[in-house]
Amino acid sequence: MSRIGVFTCHCGENIGATVDCAKVAERTRNVPGVVHSVDYKYMCSDPGQSMIKDAIKEHGLTGVVVAACSPRMHEPTFRSAVEEAGLNPYLCEMANLREHCSWVHEKNDATTDKAADLIRVMVEKVKHNTPLHPIRVPVTKRALVLGGGIAGIQAALDIANSGHKVVLVEKSPSIGGHMSQLSETFPTLDCSQCILTPRMVEAARHPNITLMTYAELEKLEGFIGNFKATIRKKARQVDEKLCTGCGMCITKCPQKKIPDEFNEGLGKRSAIYVPFPQAVPNKPVIDKANCTFYKSGKCKVCEKMCPTGAIRFDQQDELVTLDVGAIVLATGFKVMRTDKFPEYGFGKYADVIDGLQFERLASASGPTLGVMKRPSDGKEPETVVFVACSGSRDRAKGVPYCSKICCMYTAKHAMLYKHKMHHGKAYVFYMDIRSGGKDYDEFVRRAIEEDDVKYIRGRVSRIYEEDGQLIVKGADTLLGGEPVEIKADMVVLATAVQAQDGSEELAQRLHVSYDPYHFFAESHPKLKPVETNTAGIFLAGACQAPRDIPETVAQASGAAAKVASLFSKDELTREPVVAVVNRLPAPTFSYCVGCFLCQSACPYQAIEAEEIRGRDGTLIKTLAKVNAGLCQGCGTCVSTCRTKAIDIQGFSNEQIFAELMTL
Amino acid sequence: MTEAFEPKITAFVCNWCTYAGADLTGTSRIKYQSNVRVLRLPCTGRIDFMLLAKAFARGSDGVIVSGCHPNDCHYTSGNYHARRRWMIYRNLMDFMGIDTRRVTFSWVSAAEGARWAELVNEVTTTVRALGPYTEYKELALTGVE
Repeated sequence: MSRIGVFTCHCGENIGATVDCAKVAERTRNVPGVVHSVDYKYMCSDPGQSMIKDAIKEHGLTGVVVAACSPRMHEPTFRSAVEEAGLNPYLCEMANLREHCSWVHEKNDATTDKAADLIRVMVEKVKHNTPLHPIRVPVTKRALVLGGGIAGIQAALDIANSGHKVVLVEKSPSIGGHMSQLSETFPTLDCSQCILTPRMVEAARHPNITLMTYAELEKLEGFIGNFKATIRKKARQVDEKLCTGCGMCITKCPQKKIPDEFNEGLGKRSAIYVPFPQAVPNKPVIDKANCTFYKSGKCKVCEKMCPTGAIRFDQQDELVTLDVGAIVLATGFKVMRTDKFPEYGFGKYADVIDGLQFERLASASGPTLGVMKRPSDGKEPETVVFVACSGSRDRAKGVPYCSKICCMYTAKHAMLYKHKMHHGKAYVFYMDIRSGGKDYDEFVRRAIEEDDVKYIRGRVSRIYEEDGQLIVKGADTLLGGEPVEIKADMVVLATAVQAQDGSEELAQRLHVSYDPYHFFAESHPKLKPVETNTAGIFLAGACQAPRDIPETVAQASGAAAKVASLFSKDELTREPVVAVVNRLPAPTFSYCVGCFLCQSACPYQAIEAEEIRGRDGTLIKTLAKVNAGLCQGCGTCVSTCRTKAIDIQGFSNEQIFAELMTL
Repeated sequence: MTEAFEPKITAFVCNWCTYAGADLTGTSRIKYQSNVRVLRLPCTGRIDFMLLAKAFARGSDGVIVSGCHPNDCHYTSGNYHARRRWMIYRNLMDFMGIDTRRVTFSWVSAAEGARWAELVNEVTTTVRALGPYTEYKELALTGVE
C-alpha cells in the first residue's frame, strides 16, 4: 500500500499569493494513498527539506510529491533530500504549481482547483514509480575540437595541457582562423601574427594534440563520454609525410592569378598553394577547381618539380573514425557580404572594401606589404571613410543584432591608417560607440583625441563615384541631421558578423540547437554559457555570437575546463530514464515478438537483437534489447511497439495512464 | 452546452521544448486560461494513440500535443515520428468518431513562452465553442473501454 507524502510550497508569495496553499494541502489529504500533506513557506530551504526528510522517517513514506516550482528547477534538490532520508530518489516527483499555475493564472478558485489537480496527477504517478538506479558509463578521455581559429587552438591547448588527448579539426588547409588575417589587434595594437603564430606552432607540436587540417566532421554518433566521430580528411593531393614545405611546387605552378582567400581577394595565389607564409602545417594543397591538370588533363608541373615526390594526383578523401568523450565547437564566424548594400556600391567600386580586406591592406604580410594602397589603382588614399554598423543593427536590410567588434576595429583601422599616413584624413560614420571592455573606451578616445579621427554620428545614405573619387553622403545627427558629403579615396564598411556558412547543417548533425541567425545556442544564456543542450558538446568563440579575441580566449578556456572536469572521472553517471524490454519467465520470455520496429524508430541505434537459446543451443526466440548506454530515453520505441513489450523507466505506460486516470 | 461550461484540456508535451516553453510563460508572468492540465513526457515521440484516446475517455474535452519544432528535437527525430504518426491518428480518430478539431498538434519551443499562452487560449476558446465532449466518454463508461 502506498504511503505518499505531499509537500506544498508557498514559494513565498510566488505561489501563496495566487493559490490557497493551505486549502490545497487540506484537500490533498483526502486523496487515496496520501498519508501526510502539509504546506510550508519555502520548501526548498533547509528547514523545508528537513521537513520532508523527517516526514519520510516518521510516517514511513513510500513516495513524495513536492508541489512547488518546475521540476526543471528543483527536482535534483528534492530528489537528493529524499535520498538522504533513505528513500530512492526516483520515488520523488514534483507538481509544477509555480510556472504552470500561480504565475500564469489569476487568483481564484479555478486556479486553486488546478493546483490540487496537478498534485493529484503527480500523486497517482508516484504511486506507480519504481526505485531506479543511475547508469554508469565509461568516459573516453579524448576531446574533439572543431575549428582551428584562436578559440579552437586555445581550447585544444588547455585540454592538452590538462593531460588529455585532443584532435583539432580545421576545414581549411591551415589553422589560425580569422585572427591570422588581422594586422594589429585592439586595444594594444600588437601584431596579431606575433601573438598567434607561437600558439599555432605550440598546438602543432604538442604531444597531446593531433592536428587534422583540411578536414571536416562528416558524422557524429553516440553520447557524452562516448561519441564516435567520422572525420573526412579532404585530399590535399600532397603527401603530408613526404612534403618538406620547400615551396618549389608553388613557385613553378603556371596558374598564378587565382584570387587569394587569405588576402580576401586582394592578392593572387597559385593553384597549388599554402594559404599564408606562417601556415601550420606548412604543407601545400592543390585547388582542384583551378588546377590546370584537373581542368585539362595536362600539366603536372608540380609533380615534376617536387624534390621529394610528395605530389599525389590520385589521392582520395579519407574517412577517419575517432572515439571521443567531448566536443568543443569553435567554428567561428564570417563577415556579411557587402554586396547586399547596392547603395554603398560594393562590388561596383573596387575602393569600397570590408573590414577584413582593410586588415589585409594594413598588414605587413598583406598584398601591399602594409603600404596603404587603394585596390583600384594602387594610389595612396588621402581620405578614407569608415562606415560602422553596415548591416548590423539594421532590421530592414541586415541583421538586428550588434556585431560587437566593429566599434573597436573601426577605431583601430582609422588609427592604423593615420599612423601610416599622418597627413591623411579619416572619417568614421557611427550610430553609437560601444566600447565596453578593459581599456576599450580609452582606445576609442585615443583615436579621436590623439590621432584626430573625425567621428560623425549618423548613417551613410549613399556612396557613388564621381571623377575618380567616392562621394559619401550622410547626415550628422549631432548637428540636427545636417547633410554631410565627403569626397573619399577609399571606403571601409564594417559589415555584420554572421554565423559561419553551413553552421545550421553542422548544428543538426551534432543535435545542437541554434538561434534564428544560425549561431549555436548555449544551454542557458547566463548560467551555462559554454554548454549546449547536448551533454558533452561545448561552445567557444564566435560560433555562438559575435566575440572579440579576449572574450573568445576566455570562453575557450572555460570550455576546456568543462572538458577537463568531465575527463577527471573514469565513469559518468546517467539518469536511469531509459527504455527496457520486459522479461518474463519461460516459455514466454517477453512479450517482444522480435519485429524490430523499435529498432528502426530509435534515433540512437540503441536497440540490439538478443537471441534466446535453449540448453542445446537451439534458437528459441529473438528479442529486442536496449543498450542502456546509448538509450537517451525519448520513448519513441514505446509508442512504436505493437505488443507493448518495451517501456521507459520513469515515464512508463503504467505511470502515464495512472496520471490520465485521475483527470 | 451551458454557459458555465469550462472545458478540460489535457496537454501532452515534451520535456525539452514545450514544457520548458510553458515554464518560460510562467517566468515571464504571461497569463492564460487555467483549463489546461499538462502531462510531461520525455518526447512527443513517446506519445501514442492510446494516450489521446484515454484522455478523451477520461473526460477531456480537448487535447494538445506539443513538442520541439522540426529539426530541433532534443532526440534528433522523435518529433518527426510524432508528426508522421499524427497523420495516421487523425484519420483513426475521425473513424472512431472523435472530432479532430478537439486535438491540436503544435510546436512550441523553449523560447516561445508567449506562444504557449496563445496556444492554450486558442484551444480553450475553440473547445469551449465546441461544447463538452461526451460521446466517447459514454461509450467508455459502458465498458467498451
